[in-house]
Amino acid sequence: MLLKKLTEASGVSGNEKEVRELIISEIKDHVDSIKVDRIGNIIAYKKGVNNSKTLMIAAHMDEVGLLIKDIDSSGLLKFIPVGGIDKRILVSKPVLIGKDKVPGVIGAKPIHLQKKSEWTKALEIDDLYIDIGATSKEDAEKYVKVGDYVCFYSQYTEFGDNLVKAKALDNRVGCSILIDLIKKVNDINFYGVFTVMEEVGLIGAGPAAYEVNPDISIVLEGTLCYDIPKLDSHLVPTYLGMGPAISLIDRTTIFDATLREKIIDISKKNNIPCQYRKTSMGGNDSGKIHTNRKGSLTTTISVPCRYIHSPTSVMSLEDYNNTYKLVNAVLLEFKKGEL
Amino acid sequence: MESKKFLELLCNSNGVSGYEDNLKNIIIDNFKTYCDDIEVDKLGNIIGLKKGASAENNPKIMLAAHMDEIGLMVKDIEENGFLRFTNIGGIDPRTILGQEVIVHGKKDLFGVIGSKPPHLQDEEERDKAITIEDMIIDVGFPKDKLEKFISVGDTITINRRLLNLKNDRMAGKALDDRAGIVSLLECLKELHKTNHEPDVYVVATVQEEVGMAGAFTSSYKINPDIGIAVDVGFGTTPELNNSNSIELGKGAGITLGGNIHPTLREKLICIANEYNISHQLEITPGATGTDARAMQITREGIPSLVISIPLRYMHTSVEVVDIVDIKNTGKLLAFFINAISNENLEGLLCY
Repeated sequence: MLLKKLTEASGVSGNEKEVRELIISEIKDHVDSIKVDRIGNIIAYKKGVNNSKTLMIAAHMDEVGLLIKDIDSSGLLKFIPVGGIDKRILVSKPVLIGKDKVPGVIGAKPIHLQKKSEWTKALEIDDLYIDIGATSKEDAEKYVKVGDYVCFYSQYTEFGDNLVKAKALDNRVGCSILIDLIKKVNDINFYGVFTVMEEVGLIGAGPAAYEVNPDISIVLEGTLCYDIPKLDSHLVPTYLGMGPAISLIDRTTIFDATLREKIIDISKKNNIPCQYRKTSMGGNDSGKIHTNRKGSLTTTISVPCRYIHSPTSVMSLEDYNNTYKLVNAVLLEFKKGEL
Repeated sequence: MESKKFLELLCNSNGVSGYEDNLKNIIIDNFKTYCDDIEVDKLGNIIGLKKGASAENNPKIMLAAHMDEIGLMVKDIEENGFLRFTNIGGIDPRTILGQEVIVHGKKDLFGVIGSKPPHLQDEEERDKAITIEDMIIDVGFPKDKLEKFISVGDTITINRRLLNLKNDRMAGKALDDRAGIVSLLECLKELHKTNHEPDVYVVATVQEEVGMAGAFTSSYKINPDIGIAVDVGFGTTPELNNSNSIELGKGAGITLGGNIHPTLREKLICIANEYNISHQLEITPGATGTDARAMQITREGIPSLVISIPLRYMHTSVEVVDIVDIKNTGKLLAFFINAISNENLEGLLCY
């Protein structure tokens, strides 16, 4: 399954190679042109029959993770986070290191030996390290090196009522939908762009947008979902199972209201459930895309993901399918020149 | 069964304190090859007997390793199907955030322990340890569907397969104290090659993590001359003091302190030195947090020893052991047992 392959591949920001190669192998026979630009973005073009504005659909390939910064004398590995990681999520987890995917674990001090004052504090990144079973620094250096990227060790698992647990749903879910569109949509002009390093400051999106120079852009994402019990509804950014989330505003973009309303209309017309993304927190590639060159209209359509940026992100397959349907319906309107 | 395989089978199975039943067949199947008799007592302890040289009047030695593991229990089911839970045994809440779990209801259900995304946390929140009350388990079903499978009181374990690290080291959950169970099997294998005088009782105990209930009842029943608890000891890592911990790969820790019979302990160290079995010392002045604590105060008191397998990150789901230490522990036990006879027992039990 495509989403399984995509989420289990390692692609920490700045090290997207494995994901990039996987995507290229999936789409290369379905596009009219494809290139990898100078900073690692994939820019693919599908030629259709309509000859209107330039549409770009973008999804970032990278995921949050860790980077090895030191190996101590006993063979334990110190690391720094890449992208927004809650340090509290790292404790007591297995990870995979480097190209060879060397397994390791992030341990913690036994509860028996902790002082009471330690119980109430989160463990700092500097207190944590990865244990690969090495017996010394020299032993560890046989398997890993400073500069190796580390991703969570988490397998794609379907569970519950049509749900999926995986790492890196942000944003392999966007990649997966874009790949599906590239494979299935045949007579509409559009650029499919897979960007690098979104998680560390929207790095790839600017140069990609410069190259494509779009009139309209659709950013596909996996976004915040936090619908736990007893939370006031105004504090819930998105709900799982209630369809694709359309962004209103985030830290990087105030999304074009006319385009947004058109998309809501399209969802209504096609009977596809959708919801607003009701938080201003977070940001995505749109921030760099809508201000590129002379500027362009952007929208972000996202699959809600609970526990995002953790090894155990959760999404609904129903939301996935509805997001695909909505973007597909938007493309049909675009073809008619209605966007 | 080969030790690594046995350890994998044990750690990939689930048995929270009081709910150890799942482990019964795996342990019995492996112990019975080397035992003359095996039984399960009222609390669920598995007691194997490997008879000594004579038909009767052999010294009695009891070896105990606990099979239970720490875990969680369903406390409440929220309207939207999220589970609230509590802990069984000593769990650091900080180690369970973002974990995959299995809820052991009428059927096993996969779930994850939910966390707030970093984007929505305020600065202060990020530096605070999370509490159990702040977490939920998401099994992905609405309440009405969920209630067909899950009830309040169901146990929950972390979903973790034993992971092979470098150098024969392994990481996983419940190595405390399934590593001890494996060393009992190693000991049985060694004993099988010898003509030992003592009757040896190998016991997989229940409920050690919640107060050693299994060790109390099984040692009462067996009433051994010597009781030995085989448990895990704090493996050395940077945040631990060297004097509080034992190093991985350097052999079993032999505990010194009030819970331990001093003459027997000296004998154990002599045996380790004589046969060149790597070992280290572990100091616990008072009661150890092991089955030996229960043994020592059972009936009129039972002389006891503790042997600890070095283990890093105790009570997390990524505990790390070195399989070589487990094998050495089994070997040390067997050589010690072989050195005990009716002739020297009385002298060894003197103060």
